[in-house]
Amino acid sequence: MTDTSTMLSTVQAIATALKDKPGALLPILHGVQDTLGYIPADSVPVIAKALNLSRAEVHGVISFYHYFRETPPGKQIIQLCRAESCQSMGSKHLEAHVKAKLGIDFHETTVDGAFSLEPVYCLGNCACSPALQIGTDIYGRVSPELFDELIANTEAAA
Amino acid sequence: MIKTLYVPCDSSAISLGADRVAAAILHEAQQRGIRVNLIRNGSRGMFWLEPLVEVDTAQGRIAYGPVQTKDVASLFDADFTNGGDHALSLGLTEELEYLKRQQRLTFARIGITDPVCLDSYIAHNGYQGLNNALNMAQADIVKAVTDSGLRGRGGAAFPTGIKWNTVLNTPSEQKYIICNADEGDSGTFSDRMVMEGDPFVLIEGMTIAGLAVGASQGYIYLRVEYPHAHKALTTAIDKAYAAGYLGDSVLGSGKAFHLEVRLGAGAYVCGEETSLMESLEGKRGLVRFKPPLPAIKGLFGQPTVVNNVISLASVPIILDKGGDYYRDFGMGRSRGTLPIQLAGNLKRGGLVELAFGLTLRELLYDFGGGSATGRPIKAVQVGGPLGAYLPESQFDTPLDYESFAAIWAVVGHGGVVAFDDTADMAELARYSMEFCAIESCGKCTPCRIGSTRGMELMDDIIAGNDLSKNVPLLRSLCDTLLNGSLCALGGMTPYPVLSALNHFPQDFGVEA
Ligand SMILES: Cc1cc2nc3c(=O)[nH]c(=O)nc-3n(C[C@H](O)[C@H](O)[C@H](O)COP(=O)(O)O)c2cc1C
Ligand code: SF4
Ligand code: FES
Repeated sequence: MTDTSTMLSTVQAIATALKDKPGALLPILHGVQDTLGYIPADSVPVIAKALNLSRAEVHGVISFYHYFRETPPGKQIIQLCRAESCQSMGSKHLEAHVKAKLGIDFHETTVDGAFSLEPVYCLGNCACSPALQIGTDIYGRVSPELFDELIANTEAAA
Repeated sequence: MIKTLYVPCDSSAISLGADRVAAAILHEAQQRGIRVNLIRNGSRGMFWLEPLVEVDTAQGRIAYGPVQTKDVASLFDADFTNGGDHALSLGLTEELEYLKRQQRLTFARIGITDPVCLDSYIAHNGYQGLNNALNMAQADIVKAVTDSGLRGRGGAAFPTGIKWNTVLNTPSEQKYIICNADEGDSGTFSDRMVMEGDPFVLIEGMTIAGLAVGASQGYIYLRVEYPHAHKALTTAIDKAYAAGYLGDSVLGSGKAFHLEVRLGAGAYVCGEETSLMESLEGKRGLVRFKPPLPAIKGLFGQPTVVNNVISLASVPIILDKGGDYYRDFGMGRSRGTLPIQLAGNLKRGGLVELAFGLTLRELLYDFGGGSATGRPIKAVQVGGPLGAYLPESQFDTPLDYESFAAIWAVVGHGGVVAFDDTADMAELARYSMEFCAIESCGKCTPCRIGSTRGMELMDDIIAGNDLSKNVPLLRSLCDTLLNGSLCALGGMTPYPVLSALNHFPQDFGVEA
């Protein structure tokens, strides 16, 4: 099977399993993104058909939500908190450091495909600001030095 | 003898190394041939002490913190499993001032029990509220909640009993209970702590709500940013089903209540209840016009209770101890307790559950210990990104819905974010406009277009361009947002913006 047809059958399986839930579209989109890392454009017609929606409707939903992505992410997604509590503890300084260190802006992926950087508006870790998340691992009171250490560890583990 | 130890599984504790500390303790115990029973509890909510390790002793639980992996060997050397003295020893947990001064009703079990252990939940007074509710008429359950004076903790402070009563009295084959677990406000984490630290209390509260209004299906709409809460909730829900607390016949009562977690996808506006319902229905999160009220025509067009996590998690104790018990805490029309979240630039950030009425100053200094940086506290934002900034001159305001409304501020979900004197209030006002622009659902023009216009205006103001024209323009734009927005995202963005401008005009380059 080609990559595309494997992908499409994965999406089909997810859609079939979830389509009878009330309000199934978000659970399906989560299922696809959890499995593939993003929601490929080719998967939209499959999802639309399973739910009896138009492609435009499915696309409209994907684009409404910040979390859903239509392009493949890097190996790790770094989510950096931009919200007020983290700002009060120097997140802007951290943000500048992170962007310089990785050489990318928000919504971009490093050239080696190791990291994608995304903004997030609160991780609920506001008593330990500034906060960020790498993959599903959360960190608090992150200094630029700690960030460098975390990145070095992640790269070593990769 | 087996020693019982506690290391929190709360995600803030984990963000500071709790998982590594737990692993190191197990490893070290094994090396030394000491048998330990390590429980992953919720957090006590004293985050400057996390990871906070506790040990069971004959005197009570003794705390050590903040513990890092490098401290573990020396803790064992000090015989900490028997409460031995160590530089990190804090004494009896319950005697710590920060905890001792609190009135924990909703948070009664959090940090004490294993969050996903049903037996431990029941051993600590869990499911007593439900047991009572099962023997009560629906209207009496609603009355207990009305009598308690509980007002919605999600932000709008609407009386919970009145909302439930509307749903109870709206006939329908299918009704729903929705728990709003979108907790998008910066500076808030009490919902997260409940879901990670005592998920059964939320499940119990929702089950009681279902019985009260005649709803057989509940949904928890959880923000995707909370993976640990997701895991704790699904584990606890599975256990509640297995033990008959959820299902077609709750504890054999013949009454059904089913519960499912649904994940959001990073849209702040989906915390607004009608946007949330659109999202649950699988659509874009566009805010709906009201009326109809969700209580009459809500999810899939059916009568629906939408309540915040803390509102619902406060219901079990109300049904256990009675509406009067809860109402006896608090002041004025703000009854009961509020889990306050101290965040931002504070020495001792954490969770403080107290009856309404404490002043901001007491919270910031007596509990919070002043700023983390040691500099003067310049401003405090209460109530999330749509809440006003308060200057020092307003720090004596008691935490109470009406007192805050009187100074054009909001209590909201109870988040308190402190800023030291390096904060630039014009930059923060610009950020508020930017946040509104990023998160706007796009349904109304003032919010969709106005927020971007507001950002541009703030850029001009920060650059010092034509202030005599741009500052009045900013004010008039805020007026448009206040009066012309469908929901509070557009309608309340002026709170942080105008409060920053009014209280800190010098940061905007204008005379006071
Ligand atoms: C933009 C916006 C975001 C909101 N976010 C939340 C939220 O994250 N959690 C919440 O409980 N309520 C939130 N609310 C308030 C809800 O619309 C609603 O009032 C609340 O869920 C009702 O529950 P309660 O009465 O128990 O507070 C938000 C409101 C607006 C306008
Ligand atoms: S104020 Fe903004 S977020 Fe609220 S309904 Fe209007 S456009 Fe949507
Ligand atoms: S504001 Fe950054 S974690 Fe809450």
